[in-house]
Amino acid sequence: MINSRFFNRSELLGFLALAVLLFLILPLSLDIFRLNLVAKYLTYAFVGIGLVLCWGYGGILSLGQGVFFGLGGYCMAMYLKLEASSVANTKIQSTPGIPDFMDWNQLTALPFFWKPFHSFPITLLAILLVPAFFALIIGAAMFKRRVGGVYFAIITQAIAAILTILIVGQQGYTGGINGITDLRTLHGWDIRTDHAKFILYFVEVVLLFGCIVAAQFIRLTKLGRILVAMREQEDRVRFSGYSVANFKIFAFCAAAVFAAIGGAMFTLEVGFMSPSFVGIVPSIEMVIYTAVGGRMSIFGAVWGALLVNFAKTSLSESFPQLWLFGLGALFIAVVLAFPNGLSGIWADHVQPRIDRLLASRKSKSAAGMIADGAPAE
Amino acid sequence: MFGDYSISDLGAILAMQGFAGLILFSVYVLMALGLAIIFGQMGVINMAHGEFMILGAYVTWMTSNAVQHTAPWLFPGYFFIAMILAFIASGALGMLVEWALIRHLYKRPLDTLLATWGLSLILQQAYRSIFGAREVGVELPEWMMGSWQATDSIQIPINGMFVMALTILITIVVFYILFWSSWGKQVRAVVQNRVMAGAVGINTEKVDRYTFGLGCGIAGIAGSAFTMIGSTGPTAGQLYIVDTFLVVVFGGAASLFGTIASAFSISQTQSTLEFFLSGSMAKVITLLTIVAILMVRPQGLFALKVRK
Repeated sequence: MINSRFFNRSELLGFLALAVLLFLILPLSLDIFRLNLVAKYLTYAFVGIGLVLCWGYGGILSLGQGVFFGLGGYCMAMYLKLEASSVANTKIQSTPGIPDFMDWNQLTALPFFWKPFHSFPITLLAILLVPAFFALIIGAAMFKRRVGGVYFAIITQAIAAILTILIVGQQGYTGGINGITDLRTLHGWDIRTDHAKFILYFVEVVLLFGCIVAAQFIRLTKLGRILVAMREQEDRVRFSGYSVANFKIFAFCAAAVFAAIGGAMFTLEVGFMSPSFVGIVPSIEMVIYTAVGGRMSIFGAVWGALLVNFAKTSLSESFPQLWLFGLGALFIAVVLAFPNGLSGIWADHVQPRIDRLLASRKSKSAAGMIADGAPAE
Repeated sequence: MFGDYSISDLGAILAMQGFAGLILFSVYVLMALGLAIIFGQMGVINMAHGEFMILGAYVTWMTSNAVQHTAPWLFPGYFFIAMILAFIASGALGMLVEWALIRHLYKRPLDTLLATWGLSLILQQAYRSIFGAREVGVELPEWMMGSWQATDSIQIPINGMFVMALTILITIVVFYILFWSSWGKQVRAVVQNRVMAGAVGINTEKVDRYTFGLGCGIAGIAGSAFTMIGSTGPTAGQLYIVDTFLVVVFGGAASLFGTIASAFSISQTQSTLEFFLSGSMAKVITLLTIVAILMVRPQGLFALKVRK
């Protein structure tokens, strides 16, 4: 029985290794600045997990995950911004009580779509529902008409471009190119202190493991198998009577929700949100993390996000010139030589050796037992 | 929206915006032609297409500098030399890339997208290291500057007209190559049925390499033309790549005629809207319209019927 256990042995090991790393090793060994950086990297892991489901399993390459990351992030940022621009904080403005960038752009009243974000529960709901709804519309429009593959990728990329241009252009409503900055408190709790960052890191890791479990659940159910079947032979699945479009829409929406959670956590960790995390370049970078980690592996996506971003930070700190060369070369190498990324290398090269090592030790000890047992007979 | 303008003013505005749209149209067509050959004919998503274009632009810039320093008497005509050099440089790089990268990925179109994105990052950084991060602009020869006064209120810049003439010429040449030359027939045969084309004796690998080179070379010419109406920076190519892909997809991927029709409608819509709205809103509305139309008609305006 394949399905009888939620994680098989190597997956369980991967799960535990990741848990030990994220819950124990990193918080104990890193200072708060670096830990906050790790938290920032991990926000991309949420997107990566979504992409594993939608791209690795479903075969739907979305180049617009930045849209959902951004929507989640902006929802959170709008709530935080409204809290930061209370009447008391903004009394020097010509219209107190609205965010500062609106005041600079001669807006005198809060736009209607900002109003719901006064409430924390509605914000939390919006973080999940707005991107899901958005993904539902895009997905329904495209998959019902059997747009897929390359065309889907290009159209989602165009949507990422559209949203970026819209956010930058509508400065009065969105904060423009600078984004929504100067965020202070979450429900009255100051998020800028080191202590808050420490706690937020753990909140994020817990959420991340929640998403991992959810993704693993989706992967193991019949739904996950249909996704794989669709990726391999879409027509046969359709002829077998499944509604291919609906499954694709579901995978796309799930990926969008994961990305949005990542985006919301990003806003909390980093303290601002701007269109530079929405557009084409960040969206493709998110795909890069997933590809490097392994598009078929949920844990691989987390490792990919961590390692690529770690390499990015350390390389661009010391050799800013080399970083783009390195990233480009990494990407070409992953696509050409290791289509299954790091997890593929692990599964193909490292895992068999470990198994062989363990197996030979076991057989040796078994042989030893026989040898020991023989004289006693 | 129309209240403040008289009829003749509106006519002049429409004519001038229409012309601005035509220049945009020319740039789109030049970029999209190369991409239509690579994406439409070969099915390769070349995200580095913009960088091939920028290579052409840098070649033009270098030629203009070299000609100014060594042979100033050649300066009025340097542009033609530059264009040929741009075509050769981009085409050669394209063939090299096809040999090293693309030919391994024909069966995995989505992966060509990722690999060429990596290539575009490398090329961008290479341009930045070699030519510097600042934007460069070429000096135009005297005969290209100034504008032609059509009527009292309508002015048409000469470099724009030159770019348009160039676009028409290149389009004709591309159509000739693809639809009348025997090599073009081979290309189309490979597109429609690769196995069968190989079976009747066409060297499909060679055809692939030259087709990719041709597409990239045209991108180089597009970059060369681009220097005449704008300045060139290391990341300028990325600004156009999404637009160009939309032009090709909107026109119907395999149809060159569709590419031209869609470049025309997109550029005209955008430049006309730009006058009445802000630039960014014009772009948003144009792109949204394209995406909406593509959702209704995913195969684009002109679809080629091929058996899959």
